[in-house]
Amino acid sequence: MPLESPFHPRIAPLCTSYAWKHWGGYLAVCHFGETHLSEYWAFREACALTDVTPLFKYEIKGKDAARFLSRMMSRSFEAIGVGRVAYTCWCDEDGKVIDDGTVSRLGEEHFFLTAAEPTLSWMSRLSRGFDVEIEDVSEGTAALSLQGPTSRSVLRQCSDADLDALKYFRTAYASVDGIDVRISRTGYTGDLGYELWCKAPDAVKLWDAVTSAGRAWGIEPAGIDALDMVRIEAGFIMLGVDYHSAPRVTIDARRSTPLELGLDWCVELDRDAFIGREALRAEAARGATWKLVGLEADWRELEDLYASYDLPPALSPAASRATLPVYSGDRFVGQVTSSVWSPLQKRYLALASVESAHAKLGNRLELEHTVLHERRRVSASVAPRPFFDPERRRKP
Amino acid sequence: MATVYDAIVVGGGHNGLTCAAYLAKAGRKVLVLERRHILGGATVSEESHPGFTFSSCSYVVSLLRPQIIRDLDLPRHGLEILPLDWTYSPFEDGSALLRGPDAETNRRNIARFSPRDADRYPLFGQAMSELGRLVKPLIEAPTPEPSRLRPSTLLELLRLGRRFKGLGEPGIAAILKMMTMSAVDFLGEWFESERLIGPMSVSGIIGTFLGPRSPGTAYVLLHHYMGEIDGSFRAWGLQKGGTGGVAMAIARSAQAFGAEIRTGCPVARILIGKGEARGVVLENGDEIRAKVVISGADPHRTFLGMVGEEWLDADFTRQIKRFKLRGSSGKVNLALDSLPEVPGLGSDSPVLKGDITISPSVDYLERAYDDAKYGRYSRQPCLDCVIPSLTDPSVAPPGKHVMSIFVQYAPYKLKEGAADWENQREAFGDTVIDTLERFLPGVRDRILFRQVLTPWDLEQTYGLTEGNIFHGELSLEQLAFLRPAPGWARYRTPIRKLWLCGSGAHPGGGIMAAPGQLCASSMLQSRAL
Repeated sequence: MPLESPFHPRIAPLCTSYAWKHWGGYLAVCHFGETHLSEYWAFREACALTDVTPLFKYEIKGKDAARFLSRMMSRSFEAIGVGRVAYTCWCDEDGKVIDDGTVSRLGEEHFFLTAAEPTLSWMSRLSRGFDVEIEDVSEGTAALSLQGPTSRSVLRQCSDADLDALKYFRTAYASVDGIDVRISRTGYTGDLGYELWCKAPDAVKLWDAVTSAGRAWGIEPAGIDALDMVRIEAGFIMLGVDYHSAPRVTIDARRSTPLELGLDWCVELDRDAFIGREALRAEAARGATWKLVGLEADWRELEDLYASYDLPPALSPAASRATLPVYSGDRFVGQVTSSVWSPLQKRYLALASVESAHAKLGNRLELEHTVLHERRRVSASVAPRPFFDPERRRKP
Repeated sequence: MATVYDAIVVGGGHNGLTCAAYLAKAGRKVLVLERRHILGGATVSEESHPGFTFSSCSYVVSLLRPQIIRDLDLPRHGLEILPLDWTYSPFEDGSALLRGPDAETNRRNIARFSPRDADRYPLFGQAMSELGRLVKPLIEAPTPEPSRLRPSTLLELLRLGRRFKGLGEPGIAAILKMMTMSAVDFLGEWFESERLIGPMSVSGIIGTFLGPRSPGTAYVLLHHYMGEIDGSFRAWGLQKGGTGGVAMAIARSAQAFGAEIRTGCPVARILIGKGEARGVVLENGDEIRAKVVISGADPHRTFLGMVGEEWLDADFTRQIKRFKLRGSSGKVNLALDSLPEVPGLGSDSPVLKGDITISPSVDYLERAYDDAKYGRYSRQPCLDCVIPSLTDPSVAPPGKHVMSIFVQYAPYKLKEGAADWENQREAFGDTVIDTLERFLPGVRDRILFRQVLTPWDLEQTYGLTEGNIFHGELSLEQLAFLRPAPGWARYRTPIRKLWLCGSGAHPGGGIMAAPGQLCASSMLQSRAL
């Protein structure tokens, strides 16, 4: 039986579609109303509120907290200032990615980690010999993600946070309607947005405060379906979709390294040992075999393809997690793992893992596309990721 | 005499800009001259009240051609079309019909009035989409001109004929019916409930000086379903930041291709020598030369205004004079302090995010037309309203809203004369608000600002002759090879080196941008430039 999130009393009556799914052991809404598209547009034009409580959440405290995390993660946390948030991944000894998430430094000796999968036992194993305490706060902490161009205005109205000082990837404590919350300027949408963390018993009150302040700013509750669309536009990978957690798959071919996933930028090879460093150094020296890239299908070819069946081009405006083969000429060179028709940009976008030789920007490949049961191909070119990257995302 | 341009485009509306963008993309040196301080023509956003951005005239995007969006890379230049998913049609007895994105919900809602109609409704949509598919090649290419029997024309006609024949007897019958019947009769072949036919017949009369029972209005119904032909690539809904954003996206694309755009440059006349266009004369007396001149203005304004009868033969002049513009609609734009409540649904209802149609019955609509026939605005007009700020908060201050109300009928020629609109404007606005208040109680008390645009204003401010939003009625006798005049439907004009790229050319009005594109491609193809 899935758990109800602490926001459930507010979310359940709004979910008139009854479209629920399971996420991390919780009930999560796919879409609230008749279609997920109004939620998608709220993400992009106003703001959308998503319950992200199902994320796994851990507090890491103690004298060695920074040193411990630096040992576990692909990047160092020793020099990261209090109030900062960093995106990171963590690997096994072979340099294969186990999971990715964010780490917030809440104090000199106090960190907060989010993860897609349970990570407590991995951390406990690694923490032997370090002076750290690791606490699983997943169930006790409620989390809301408020994302979109008007999200800052909403928070300005309902919280006492100094939002001008809260820069991209920073976090700060604040009060919302008398509730203690932590606000971080992070998200999974590639836009201006915030994540709000509070104690589970305060969840309903937080929801009420944010939604009532949001009314003037076009706030909409949003489910996973719309979130999945915007995260592909933002070019973000998803565990279990675009890659798999190394210990959870059987064969090596299904495991990925950070370099293959395009996470090079958060891997610091020239520093003290961390789990997987040697393997990654070796890989860096010989070059990664695979590369995760953004692909954009050729619109004109798609239209022509459908026209050859006497059909209007029908691409579902829903994120797809189906894998599709990618070809170069007649050779199979990789696979699409997430794809979506972006109604905003009017582009058919995909995240794909391709052989490194084919990963250069602008490189033309072919993507399988099924029309009327028939598997056909359309050209697609390697496009810059993120596909969607508005200035306001990082702007102070 | 400084630079000589390859082409001057008169008018920075969406078609003029599209034409300019395509020519610039092909490497031509293009200058766009816009009379107003702002681009877009009737595809315009204006902050008419501080903090509130109105789509002053055109308010919904529907048929903007996917090919144009792609060729001009419009999303990158700011095109963002937000959906308009609902249609809410209230009736006089307080009940309402609600249609939305979910077919099952629609069926249930329609079944309250007629279970049979509820079943027929999706089939009607399917039939209309199929007809739309037949019409698609017509709007995506220059029209064949049967009056000029060249081999190429014959081929085009043959191709159309083959497609037509492929429809089979029922298909051909449906097409002929659609082209000749009234909206009400056509809908009556499908549906029995007045509650469905009343609101639905509105799309048959929008922008025309005809009533729902006038023959020929069924064709306009089709436009409502045409979006389907474009599948996922369609652009149906509201442009972010107001409709002007569409024109601005096209303008930015044109500029990126190297076109030059000047605003605040009214063209007084088109410079003609030896029967061919040589350039333009601005109102300030400046002359600008170009190899060709392209007019985005309507046919009346172009030929009778900027060219002048002295350059045209009498027969052509007569045809242009007969080309019907006669505007029939107005616009009321409101700034609202808060949202009105939807009777029975409250103010949080998603239905307000869609289209609100006030056309409770066929008789209501026909009576509204009766007033117009005798030279007055409808005492109880038909209204089509949207509240874009609900989907796009950027167009109004927080918590406040803009409401766009399309009003029909408002005949350009009042009994007292068109200029009398100056005296009747506010009374007309009051009538609109009175009508709206009956169906959305409480709206009146929320009004912070009201802008009333009569057909007279559409002409005076936006340059639409007689206030016709389509640069000429979309009736059968003014479409395809008859638009704007037989023999001159392929963007050329009797004045050599003068071309027509506005909605008065094939395939007509709405924010389709097809006339602009097809004009440019015709010019390039025929090596006229």
